Amino acid sequence: MALSREQLAQRVAKELQDGFYVNLGIGIPTLVANYIPQGMQVMLQSENGLLGMGEFPTEETLDADLINAGKQTVTAVDGASFFSSAESFAMIRGGHVDLTVLGAFEVDVNGSIASWMIPGKLIKGMGGAMDLVAGADNIIVTMMHADKHGNSKLLPVCELPLTGYGCIKRVITDLAFLEIKDGAFHLLERAPGVSVEEIIAKTAGKLVVPEHVEEMKF
Amino acid sequence: MAGFNKVVQSYDQALAGLTDNMTLMVGGFGLCGIPEGLINHMVTLGVTGLTAISNNAGVDDFGLGLLLKQRQISTMIASYVGENATFEQQMLSGELNVILTPQGTLAEKIRAGGAGIPAFFTATGYGTPIAEGKETREIKGRHYVLEESLTADFALIRAWKADTMGNLVFRKTAANFNPMMATAGKITVVEVEEIVQPGELDPNHIHTPGIYVDRVIQATFEKRIEQRTVKSAK
Repeated sequence: MALSREQLAQRVAKELQDGFYVNLGIGIPTLVANYIPQGMQVMLQSENGLLGMGEFPTEETLDADLINAGKQTVTAVDGASFFSSAESFAMIRGGHVDLTVLGAFEVDVNGSIASWMIPGKLIKGMGGAMDLVAGADNIIVTMMHADKHGNSKLLPVCELPLTGYGCIKRVITDLAFLEIKDGAFHLLERAPGVSVEEIIAKTAGKLVVPEHVEEMKF
Repeated sequence: MAGFNKVVQSYDQALAGLTDNMTLMVGGFGLCGIPEGLINHMVTLGVTGLTAISNNAGVDDFGLGLLLKQRQISTMIASYVGENATFEQQMLSGELNVILTPQGTLAEKIRAGGAGIPAFFTATGYGTPIAEGKETREIKGRHYVLEESLTADFALIRAWKADTMGNLVFRKTAANFNPMMATAGKITVVEVEEIVQPGELDPNHIHTPGIYVDRVIQATFEKRIEQRTVKSAK
């Protein structure tokens, strides 16, 4: 079975470490915050100027001046800080954020990522995604392995306009956990009940499959 | 105005000298921290041909969306414009010139502009459509794009508190682009919730020193929320 959005987030959460500063993108990455292991302290960075993002407020604590990068009202945890957008991207570009999790339309065997624009369709802008992929060393991309017609999104070369060139090393899809190195996807884990054959069939870019591929554990 | 007293009493005074075809910076992230009253007064003034530099373009009926609706903006420099249908329609029809800029690059262009730095190299956007036509350089094995800084005729920003000398304190995530924009406007106009006397703000806690600020006006804000997300109270 392909992973649900929640399971995808759960698998990403296993990559968190105590004391990490983490930036979570919009969509599935946001859900990772729900699966931070008990006893582990993680500070969430929101690129609009908040380090230490907390949960949603109550009606009583709702504050229009306190939002996240998805423009949702949030709270700040004890030990949080507020700062300008320039300071925020100094953290990001300067490589101070320990882990960045974001979504994508496509990735390729060279670690390039396309996530911000589909020509001819709605163009919303890249927001902070280009800075995040350029600045972070430790990035996990969460995405669907293929579109609903079965067309692979893990490609030899990205077809859509790029968000970043050669910057992605790890991808977790609804089917598999893969590493990108030496011009190929390397299969590390498969989703429970998903066959290696299905992953091979839905990966258009060069794929290296080891003799034994573990199932993901949650 | 006498000496360092930067307080103005009306929006006409606040925006005096703002004319057609000027370049403006407008603070805010989404609808958070936008100078609501200054934007509304630009609608009243009817200035056109504006180049607006702002992270977002407001929504259809609030923030910069109001200026777009009246076709007062001809060029928009922003990082994300997904919440505004008017914007999309004017962009697709070619009425509106749009320069999409990565958010961190936009912030740094403004910071650099205010700090007298004409351009800088950043890895952001290398190998993407953003880098097309721009100088690139390899420094210590990495590739970078040369990005030019931004300044504006007017910077229209919002802060929480100001003293009469224009020292500013921002509140929570309503700071966002406002502190950098304060430094990058030839004329910086600040709309605030509260104006206090010099000495009332602790100098240790001032975010933007008054040297960057030209005019201060007090206002009440609607503070519209784009995504109202709450958890149920126990």
